[in-house]
Amino acid sequence: MLEVKNLHARVGGREILKGIDLSVKAGEVHAIMGPNGSGKSTLACVLAGRDEYHVTDGSVDYEGSDLLDMEPEERARAGVFLAFQYPVEIPGVNNAYLLKAALNEVRKHRGDSELDAIDFMEFVKERMGVLEIDQGLLKRPVNEGFSGGEKKRNEIFQMVVLEPKLAIMDETDSGLDIDALKVVSRGVNALRSPERATVVVTHYQRLLNYIVPDFVHVLSGGRIVKTGGKELALELEEKGYGWIETETSAPHVAATSPSR
Amino acid sequence: MTTSPETIEQLANTEYKYGFVTNVEEDRLAPGLSEDVIRTISAKKNEPGWLLEWRLEAYRIWSKMTEPTWHNVRVAPVNYQDIIYYSAPKKQPQLGSMDEVDPEVRATFEKLGIPLEEQKIMSGVAVDAVFDSVSVGTTFKGKLAEMGVIFCSFSEAVQDHPELVRRYLGSVVPASDNFYAALNSAVFTDGSFAYIPKGVRCPMELSTYFRINAAQTGQFERTLLIADEGASVSYLEGCTAPQRDENQLHAAVVELVALDSATIKYSTVQNWYPGDENGKGGIYNFVTKRGRAMNDATVTWTQVETGSAITWKYPSCILQGDNAVGEFYSVAVTNNHQQADTGTKMIHLGKNTKSTIISKGISAGQGQNTYRGLVRIGKNATNARNFSQCDSLLIGDKCGAHTFPYLEVRNTSSQVEHEASTSKIGEDQIFYCRQRGLSTEDAVNLIVNGFCKEVFRELPMEFAVEAQKLLGVSLEGSVG
Repeated sequence: MLEVKNLHARVGGREILKGIDLSVKAGEVHAIMGPNGSGKSTLACVLAGRDEYHVTDGSVDYEGSDLLDMEPEERARAGVFLAFQYPVEIPGVNNAYLLKAALNEVRKHRGDSELDAIDFMEFVKERMGVLEIDQGLLKRPVNEGFSGGEKKRNEIFQMVVLEPKLAIMDETDSGLDIDALKVVSRGVNALRSPERATVVVTHYQRLLNYIVPDFVHVLSGGRIVKTGGKELALELEEKGYGWIETETSAPHVAATSPSR
Repeated sequence: MTTSPETIEQLANTEYKYGFVTNVEEDRLAPGLSEDVIRTISAKKNEPGWLLEWRLEAYRIWSKMTEPTWHNVRVAPVNYQDIIYYSAPKKQPQLGSMDEVDPEVRATFEKLGIPLEEQKIMSGVAVDAVFDSVSVGTTFKGKLAEMGVIFCSFSEAVQDHPELVRRYLGSVVPASDNFYAALNSAVFTDGSFAYIPKGVRCPMELSTYFRINAAQTGQFERTLLIADEGASVSYLEGCTAPQRDENQLHAAVVELVALDSATIKYSTVQNWYPGDENGKGGIYNFVTKRGRAMNDATVTWTQVETGSAITWKYPSCILQGDNAVGEFYSVAVTNNHQQADTGTKMIHLGKNTKSTIISKGISAGQGQNTYRGLVRIGKNATNARNFSQCDSLLIGDKCGAHTFPYLEVRNTSSQVEHEASTSKIGEDQIFYCRQRGLSTEDAVNLIVNGFCKEVFRELPMEFAVEAQKLLGVSLEGSVG
């Protein structure tokens, strides 16, 4: 589904990603872990098409298309969903209104008919049941005045409604209490199917107790330095990221630091 | 992947859809203004002597006045001797007969979405169509007359209901009020007139559609609305003009009279030609609008101002009676080089009077948007209350938003609140929407409409939809 090859990207003149290789197949859940500043969120943003992130080398193939050549909205309509680390507030814009517009864009792209307000509400209520989210959320302005936990829940709620093929969760677990964490994982697990894939970017192993990954990748210094199964996450939890850095990328770090 | 800051300013390059010119033979005066011109206009309209005298008095007042300079807009000097003060399609319909409207003029209104055949019109809206200096037709007059509602062109009202016109003309906006009101009083050519009798709830929306067509002309219309005791009416106003390189002057006066317990709701969607993307051409929209509310009466202004090179207008309420209510809801958009200096005046004279001001200014391109509002609580206005909210939204970084609230409080029992905010459409908001599958333009529309929601919900249904679309068109291209 997703083939990332030798991906290099810059933000504000600084190279953050220094050659990422990642292959995600339909039905898989991949966890991307790593210390602060390792490039986890940058990878998520590059895949979503954020403008400030400039790809300088490499390629990304998404279901046979050049993902990097697509506008952000084209990626979204084709099934790429990013759950934001910091969802923005849009005052005055009703949550349901944005979601209906988004869902109809996705449906148009799939060749389905657009839903009118009544069908939309029916569909959304059914999906809300999955997450046990309060219906009042629909009528509130997008993320305005939401607590941190509510914002993250809202992201997952949108995801469950839009049913993306490839969901990318950018540190969705950060700042969540255990109940919110369960809601998030329930949403992700509800979408798990042989046709879909999920990339979970996270700092902590905790979320992976609820969303069990098929693969765990450790990102450090803009590269994936180690890949393993779900047990790798537990090992990281125990030993910390320092263990990986000294074990794998020490030569690289040593090679670049004197030049600064 | 093109949502960089420079693309934000692209939401500015829109084509104005109403910029066409109609070829129609017009009866027009030579440019210039003098007592003779005023006499000619008055004679053409077969006006009674008192009205000619009223005009001439206004002209004398105007001659001694100078243009205001306190506003926050840059105006190219206007040569009042270069303007044509009267221009009307030659084929004038017999009063009351729609069939005789010049087919070209009729086609113009069709093109603008304002069909003049009653059977084609959305039921529930009666239209008075004003083309350059004259009203070319009013629909549903007969049906309204059955309920005693008078709805006709101003010129007809002068002929058929002189007592009402004479009693109320200038009673809310005197000729001496300001430079443009004085000019209008001297040279006004037509406009709409409505009278709703005691206790009557007007059964349909009344509306006037103004169209400037002829080059070099100014449009000086005058609207007078009277709601007698306990009556209520909702009135809509729309306007467009051809695309021209020179600036054209539109100086209108609107007077509303709401007698005891009457309700007047006046809604405007202003879409005069705004000039091109370099700021060339466009309408100078210098308008005086004011309503007087007697005991328990309500006057509500709702305006969506998207057009004009310069908008200068302050629809106001004189809350004269006890318990009178004044409301002002405004969305003003300035894009490219458009400038707006708009707001309201709420003059509280009666006891327990209440006013609400909700102003939403949107600036894009190099547009400059100013809110200017006065809340005056008079000595006798015990327990008067005002709530004002002024919000500005900036799109891009070359535009400006300014707020000048004036408060004059002379009664200590009153309560006055003012809230203001300025925000910017952020790249991150747009990206968020795009990540959910919306195009950049849909994202901007969504955000802007959310910003204006409090005002749009005050508009009558059909108008709200039109206003939303218009807003989308006005801002098209300001984010790429």
